Amino acid sequence: MINDLFPNVDWPKMWEATLETLYMTAVSTILTAIIGLVLGLLLFLTSPHQAWANKLANWLTGAFVNIFRSIPFIILIILLIPLTKLLVGTMRGPNAAFPALVIGAAPFYARMVLIALREIDKGVLEAAKSMGAKTSTIIWKVLMPESMPALVSGITVTAISLVGYTAMAGIIGAGGLGTLAFLDGFQRGRTDVTFVATILILIMVFIIQWIGDIITTKIDKR
Amino acid sequence: MINLKNISKKFNTKQGTIIAVEDVNLDIKKGEIFGIIGYSGAGKSTLIRLLNGLEKPTSGQIIVNSEDITKINEVKLRQVRQKVSMIFQHFNILWSRTVAENIAFPLEIAGVPKDQRLTRVNELIELVGLEGRGHYYPSQLSGGQKQRVGIARALANRPEVLLCDEATSALDPETTDSILDLLVSINAKLGLTIVLITHEMQVIQKICGRVAVMEKGRVVEEGKVLEVFQNPQQPITKRFVSQVNDTNKAQQTILHLKELYPNGKLIKLKFVGEQTEQPILSRLIKQFDLEVNIVQGNISHTQNGAFGTLILQLEGDALLVDEAIRYIHEQKVITEVINND
Repeated sequence: MINDLFPNVDWPKMWEATLETLYMTAVSTILTAIIGLVLGLLLFLTSPHQAWANKLANWLTGAFVNIFRSIPFIILIILLIPLTKLLVGTMRGPNAAFPALVIGAAPFYARMVLIALREIDKGVLEAAKSMGAKTSTIIWKVLMPESMPALVSGITVTAISLVGYTAMAGIIGAGGLGTLAFLDGFQRGRTDVTFVATILILIMVFIIQWIGDIITTKIDKR
Repeated sequence: MINLKNISKKFNTKQGTIIAVEDVNLDIKKGEIFGIIGYSGAGKSTLIRLLNGLEKPTSGQIIVNSEDITKINEVKLRQVRQKVSMIFQHFNILWSRTVAENIAFPLEIAGVPKDQRLTRVNELIELVGLEGRGHYYPSQLSGGQKQRVGIARALANRPEVLLCDEATSALDPETTDSILDLLVSINAKLGLTIVLITHEMQVIQKICGRVAVMEKGRVVEEGKVLEVFQNPQQPITKRFVSQVNDTNKAQQTILHLKELYPNGKLIKLKFVGEQTEQPILSRLIKQFDLEVNIVQGNISHTQNGAFGTLILQLEGDALLVDEAIRYIHEQKVITEVINND
């Protein structure tokens, strides 16, 4: 029955593409979370009245974040070809997508981290300082836990964007559902392949959102 | 214990320089409860933050425990802060931690091992009366309970000084009283010095031994609470004192009272300090065959004694009334006859 509806779909190939997309999304989300968090913390801590208040450092981090957040992803992939070749050694396959995915998504997440940190009650930071806390203690025991729900919902949104980015990276040969939908579906005129790939991506997005929402609710004790 | 010498603090803003604290000198003694009162913008918040180095003075010396905290480095300052702790108007406890974890936080900062932390946290939970609530999150607590967490947290590292930044201003009157009682008992039990800032004279009256009145960054009046209450010098101090003891209102009621009680004699008794502890009224009734009617009364308690006024109507034989008044005079109570003419 299912083969009548989607005559052109090669199911083992579709499954393999799904796993590739999952792999790209998972790894790039983890890397983005780490780099975005570091950048976001830097933006926050170097801003005026904070522990590492420094105009130049704040301006430089801000400029870096804004520039890479503004470049359209598809152009970023092309611009990063030399760097990718240097880091990964090839332009083909899932691993080749990581530099562009992370550099595209981390600044976006850094902005969300900054917003999350700014939402923290200043009184709580003052209280931690009044107890004699070091900056590292404040980062690990105040800034991170107190902004955790916003950090998690931020990374959920970012992970969903990354699913979209992997599909775009697929067009230039990174593999995954994007490549399948573009090469096997669109270019050969097999609409059913594109359709199934789209459904799978949608399911993936829904599951990510659902997991993110569950975690956010669970950790938010406010 | 705490010594401020010629302390000034200026802030540079886009609108120009703001002088938050100007040439303040204070000497706060070990084990006392010292109050600083002022309206918002008087500089008291800045002043209290100078005492633990959250703000740095523009000029002057701040000596805490014979150490000038304006001259020490960050590492030492962090150590000082473990001994000069602070509680806040909005409690400032971490929502992401339970009551017990919040109280454990300063112990983690001080590097206390885990098993010792647990014991200490349990002691503190008991001290502030939050038994059975250790695993609650702040969102499950009332304002008063949150402040108790704040107090327990502040006491965790056995500080020598507790700074209270408008600690009861966000609480209702009843809760305010219970928190103030807790502060007094801690002060007595642990012998810790308490410095508090407030805009409510009731707070000063209830728990402070000495008070400094601040206006426009300066300390305009300072002294024992009882003395300041009895004899306020500055207009601003008079205004604060009238918050708890409204003399203008009292004058008006006296006129009104004369109309209401045309018979007998109205007398006004002024109590200060120890006399308030004596049962003058019951002795008066036992010794003299008079009708004694309490018309109005007002007694305020401070940490170094009570003071107040009592208006009585005495009815009966005119000679006996005069004798009774003489008797009250002998008890060293200031007496004033409000003539009925």
